[in-house]
Amino acid sequence: MNALKIVRLTAWAAIGIITVALLYVLLNPVDREQGTGVASIGGPFRLADHNGQIVTDASLRGKPYALFFGFTHCPDVCPTSMLEITNDLNAVGNAAKDFRVYFVTVDPARDTTALLKEYTGSFDSRIIGLVPKDEAELANMARLYRAIYRKVDTPSGYTMDHTASIYLMDAQGQFFGTLDSKETPGVRQAKLKRLLERR
Amino acid sequence: MSRLLAHLRSFALSLAILPLVFAASPLSAHDYKLGDLKIDHPWSRATPGGARVAGGFMKITNNGRESDRLIGGTLVTAGIVEIHEMAMEGNVMKMRALAQGLEIKPGQTVELRPGGLHVMFLDLQSPLKEGERVKGTLVFQRAGTIEVEFKIEARGASGGHDHGHNHSGGHKP
Repeated sequence: MNALKIVRLTAWAAIGIITVALLYVLLNPVDREQGTGVASIGGPFRLADHNGQIVTDASLRGKPYALFFGFTHCPDVCPTSMLEITNDLNAVGNAAKDFRVYFVTVDPARDTTALLKEYTGSFDSRIIGLVPKDEAELANMARLYRAIYRKVDTPSGYTMDHTASIYLMDAQGQFFGTLDSKETPGVRQAKLKRLLERR
Repeated sequence: MSRLLAHLRSFALSLAILPLVFAASPLSAHDYKLGDLKIDHPWSRATPGGARVAGGFMKITNNGRESDRLIGGTLVTAGIVEIHEMAMEGNVMKMRALAQGLEIKPGQTVELRPGGLHVMFLDLQSPLKEGERVKGTLVFQRAGTIEVEFKIEARGASGGHDHGHNHSGGHKP
């Protein structure tokens, strides 16, 4: 009789503990997501631009900007993305006149500052090439933005796999969203407008 | 008398050749025939400043009974030409060279287009400019080699389907 009572009490206690634990987890989702949220895209970097000027995350504070990982030996995605954002910036108009799009080369071995300047300049003067000086600088930048790049051999040399989204960063250096070629110009331009209106 | 006959003969010959000359002209329909293969509208896009690469696109139809493969080609302004396939995996762009070339099965039409299969022009010696036609060749395993002209379209062009070329294939060279 006594033993049965102990078993029953233990069972109820266990149910109670599990219920409290479940309620705690369900009611506190914020705690669990804080460590892996969007805030972890971006962070401290220091790279030379195509004019030889140093650009850092701190020097970009105060103005929203966009960032893209690409390379000039890219037949399709890179020129298409740069053409699209040029058209989008022109469509947004005056609000985007001081906006900057940073083109980080994932192929610094072939993309010199002079080449990147010529390449980006043929789209829009608001697109600025950033050239990592070595593999470590490139790896750090890709890690901060969770971008992927990989060298792939071809019969005559190599090409690069790379993340093809355009990252949008707000004036505080926080991740705002991405632009994608699959989206309509209207959707991309609406995102750019919201980013530019945000203080 | 014999001079008049000679004139008549050369006039008749000219008349006979005339349709051949027009048929060979790619002006009205930018397509080509090589054996059982039909190559429709080879084109590329104007290159950004400093770019040394570009993609070449077209539609290839195999009307024969045997499979064929596009295994290479040339472009007068490119040092190297390869056959590539591009694909988006999530938001990552991946590109691969097709070591065995591109197979076109009997009855099949394969389209090389932006975002997918393309002829990859490497080591461009001069930029590709919109409106130009650049000479090149395409090499097939069975059908052999054909000379073509790549029409250079605007930088953002996606398929060249609004440039008045013939799609029906009714006007064959």
